Amino acid sequence: MYDFIFKPFNEMTEADYKTIGFKSGLEIHQQLLTEKKLFCRCPAGKYSKEYDAEILRHMRPTLSEMGVYDGTALMEFKTKKNIIYHIKRETVCTYEMDDTPPFLINEEALDIAIGIGLLYNCNTVDELHIARKQYLDGSIPTGFQRTAIYALDGWIPYKDRKIKIVQMSIEEDSCREVSDIGHERVYLTDRLGMPLIETVTEPAMKTPQEAAEVAWQCSKLVRSTHKVRRGMGAAREDVNVSVEGGTRVEIKGVSQISMIPVLTYNEAMRQWNLLRLREELKKRGITNETFKAEDFDVTNLLKKVNYAPLKNAVDTGMKICAVVLKGFKDLLHWQTQTDTYFSKEISDRVRVIACLTNIPNIIHSDSKSDTITSSDWQKIKKFANANDDDTMVIVWGSNEDAKTAVNEIIIRAKEATIGIPSETRQALSDGTNGFERILPGADRMYPDTDLPPKKITKERLERIKAWLPEQFWKRIEWYNKLGIPKDIIEELSISRYAELFKKAVNEWKVNPTTAAVLLIQYPKRLKKTEYLIEWLNEDMFESVLKNLADNKIPVDSLFTTFKTVAELGTFTGEVVLNPASDKEIDDAIVKAQADYSKMKIINPEKKNKLLMGMIMKKLRGKVSAKDIAQRIGFAKGVK
Amino acid sequence: MDEINLEEFKGYRGAALNTLHKFNSPVWSDVEIITEDGNYKGLVLPRSETADEFHIVLKMPIGYNIGIAAEKIKEINIFGRREAKYKIPEKDFPFDPKKPNVKLLGTGGTIASRLDYRTGAVIPAFSPGELYGSVPELADICNLDTEKLYGVFSENMGPEQWIGLAEAIGREIEKGVQGIVIGHGTDTMHHTAAVLSFMVQDSPIPIVMVGSQRSSDRPSSDAALNLIHSVTTAAKSDIAEVMVCMFGPTSDLYGLLHRGTRVRKMHSSYRSTFRTIGDIPIATVSREKITPLREDYKRRRNDNSVKVNAVFDDRVAIVYYYPNMKPDMIDSLIDNGYKGIVIAGTGLGHVNKPLYPALKRAKENGVAVYMTVQTLWGYVQMYVYDTGRDMMELGVIPAANMLPEVAFVKLGWALGQTDDLQKVKEIMLTPIAGEITEREPSNGYLIYQGGLPEVEDFIKQYRK
Repeated sequence: MYDFIFKPFNEMTEADYKTIGFKSGLEIHQQLLTEKKLFCRCPAGKYSKEYDAEILRHMRPTLSEMGVYDGTALMEFKTKKNIIYHIKRETVCTYEMDDTPPFLINEEALDIAIGIGLLYNCNTVDELHIARKQYLDGSIPTGFQRTAIYALDGWIPYKDRKIKIVQMSIEEDSCREVSDIGHERVYLTDRLGMPLIETVTEPAMKTPQEAAEVAWQCSKLVRSTHKVRRGMGAAREDVNVSVEGGTRVEIKGVSQISMIPVLTYNEAMRQWNLLRLREELKKRGITNETFKAEDFDVTNLLKKVNYAPLKNAVDTGMKICAVVLKGFKDLLHWQTQTDTYFSKEISDRVRVIACLTNIPNIIHSDSKSDTITSSDWQKIKKFANANDDDTMVIVWGSNEDAKTAVNEIIIRAKEATIGIPSETRQALSDGTNGFERILPGADRMYPDTDLPPKKITKERLERIKAWLPEQFWKRIEWYNKLGIPKDIIEELSISRYAELFKKAVNEWKVNPTTAAVLLIQYPKRLKKTEYLIEWLNEDMFESVLKNLADNKIPVDSLFTTFKTVAELGTFTGEVVLNPASDKEIDDAIVKAQADYSKMKIINPEKKNKLLMGMIMKKLRGKVSAKDIAQRIGFAKGVK
Repeated sequence: MDEINLEEFKGYRGAALNTLHKFNSPVWSDVEIITEDGNYKGLVLPRSETADEFHIVLKMPIGYNIGIAAEKIKEINIFGRREAKYKIPEKDFPFDPKKPNVKLLGTGGTIASRLDYRTGAVIPAFSPGELYGSVPELADICNLDTEKLYGVFSENMGPEQWIGLAEAIGREIEKGVQGIVIGHGTDTMHHTAAVLSFMVQDSPIPIVMVGSQRSSDRPSSDAALNLIHSVTTAAKSDIAEVMVCMFGPTSDLYGLLHRGTRVRKMHSSYRSTFRTIGDIPIATVSREKITPLREDYKRRRNDNSVKVNAVFDDRVAIVYYYPNMKPDMIDSLIDNGYKGIVIAGTGLGHVNKPLYPALKRAKENGVAVYMTVQTLWGYVQMYVYDTGRDMMELGVIPAANMLPEVAFVKLGWALGQTDDLQKVKEIMLTPIAGEITEREPSNGYLIYQGGLPEVEDFIKQYRK
């Protein structure tokens, strides 16, 4: 069954993904555009790397509501990190520091969240229960994230099907990591506590491209409200991937949708190759039951080693350990992702759990690169009584870290006999991913005893529906019927002026294409003239559209008029030039014809076009080009 | 309705109770709820009694809870029952004959706690096994034995518990333990610390009060570190006094050991809420060591003798003076048979003139009246202004730099021993455990003001 060999990214077909049983789902995190944070009154969206103070905390695992410890929690506790928070007074109060209980939930944020849930066709819960979701990595000083499910069971259209939205939650954003070196992890707290929603889709995407395209659909939906934050880090995707026979693995914190295809491709490859590795182990007779590993203290053996990382370890009095993985020969060089091998799985665990963050943190006998000399490997092999079939892994660190590392190496190697560990993985810039932590389960949820349940009333839902935009796919359907140029449709469908467009077309009977071009293309043209389009407002558009509808603006002078309105900041009577009188027009035509007759003509077939240009140069903004064309018998030249 | 077993529908009432009962779906039922809007799978949870009667709480498989309006439920399908067993893994606390024996007396509070479905809040949980299960480091320090004396929140502690606690301490000292730790809610920890300083005198061993500002059901809780600090102090320190051991800074760095009569909770929620007022703390304590900040503390002894004088007359009150206070505030205390009043006066210890007749009446009725300061820092000085002198004429006795709460518990303790107001005065004004000090050191009053450049420099430099 695992005969299929992964092809390069560009050569993978839909059929290939079907063969491996590719499945992907999204958890989309989106910051909401509010003035203040979710559970305190600090300003939201003010980022700065500067800080006024530091605090230090440690995290300990606690029980969930169901009375169980969570696996991730225990893993994080093994790591024994000092967590340092950088505090800037302007953006952080004693709530984020976990020295003050939460204030009541930000109602503005909850309204926006519910609104987005309604756009996703979700059912809103009747009563909101705020939960504490444990995070022992320190990314939130309390050790948990306040979060609540507020909507369930929705959908968004994609191609000819509906992608189910499983649930939506509103939660506080976490810290930004500054560094994570050895036993010290540093966080910035400015982002902490900002209102965020998480949208979870079912794993219905069958190729990496589909995953990205659905992410774009979701992105359009939230943007259509104009009540969400934009820019770097404002929307972050966690992407779940699994293959047939594999495990649901979460790739965390993907901030660019365009990275989703290659990331999910690599994760699918990793899972597939880990399953193939399991088959290989089986062939070698290595299973969960027969797996064998031994570890040795080889500090004295390597006293005179020249390989720099180990030499440094010897010089600083670290302990050096060797782990012999029985029968694993060459398997640490088993490919997992693009240019990535099984040794990386082991090295990642050692980095995260044993806090050995200086890379390389392991070396092994399957390695093709230069590390220690072959005579050193021979010495260890002899000392450990290892066979030719075995693989040796060397790790170094303080007594305690080396011990943890040895343990993790054995645990991770043994997991290869089972398949794919449930993990959350970090998206890396090259499109591969690295271990972040064991996938947490429901065991890390605990009700927030600091805040009472909150009833969501029908009146509130009605109030929200009043400002909610129409679902963008319904707009697109209508725009298609109207025959609006394809390249404008998408943008208009999530534009803040989509409602104005509707009014202009339905009530004021403006030509749909003209209105769409005005609303979407003209601001872009204006931008090229270095006009600050942030100054544009709905009133300007409305006045131009209305005057257009009243035939006060000739269509071909629309941009000029719009530009003048934009520059003046308002629409005044003078903006619309006085239309030319019949005499003026006749004079212009006569003059142009006279000029033409004096010219030396190379392409006589372009006579009318030339005449048009000459006349319009004189009368632009005062006549419609269509009128002139008719008068000089050039009807087909102008639409 | 009377056939409904309310215990099976914990916390539910009204429409929600009726719906659950109608579909025979008690709490902890594993269900699918069919409603007008959609179907929801999960576990029916108990409901907080203070929440409304219209919603049913469901724990969904992913661990989140939601509330579903009872009125829209059409049907509930039941698949089984799954009750939460909230239990800290209990392990026998190991015994090492070479380690000192420490007794942990529990009174309640958030030092160890679990979820209470009745109120939706946290309630205390406590046993050596549970403590070892959640803070295994304790076994490296000592042999720990625990006794749950009370299970009350801090605000429900009172004379009955104070007396019981003092007597329990006496018993433990006679049994020969090397240190005592008292788990206590933080709100009134300083009241208890003060009263124990009077009731238990000349202890040969450390008596350490401890609590937590973040309950132990949170990963960021200060409970574990406070416990480690307090147990270290009880087992290893040579300070044989009643102390409060709580966070020094808000960071997980070290604890402070405060003298029981000079300590006060100064912030409603900060970890570093306890501060020594008008003096400096006795010592700092970290996982590794205890570092004394002063020399004048009572030293540990090898004997088992202690004076326990556990009495209290609860007919005492604190009156926190405010401008335009009317004499009826004092009169009502007299009329209700109070024997002692501690006034927290303004400035150096003042109240307004309209109160004078009432104070006079108090004196005539044999009510002991003592003056403290609501500024907390500094001494009562009633000679500086005439009004002070007038009041002393009326029998109001200045209580030096005793904190108002400390004077309050000391007065109750003194009145518990004698009705003779002269003797009460002797007891009140004779320092027993540092409640009155002869001098205030110049570093005893430090409230740094944020915003000042030098303070900002300090904050940036040291993790607070």
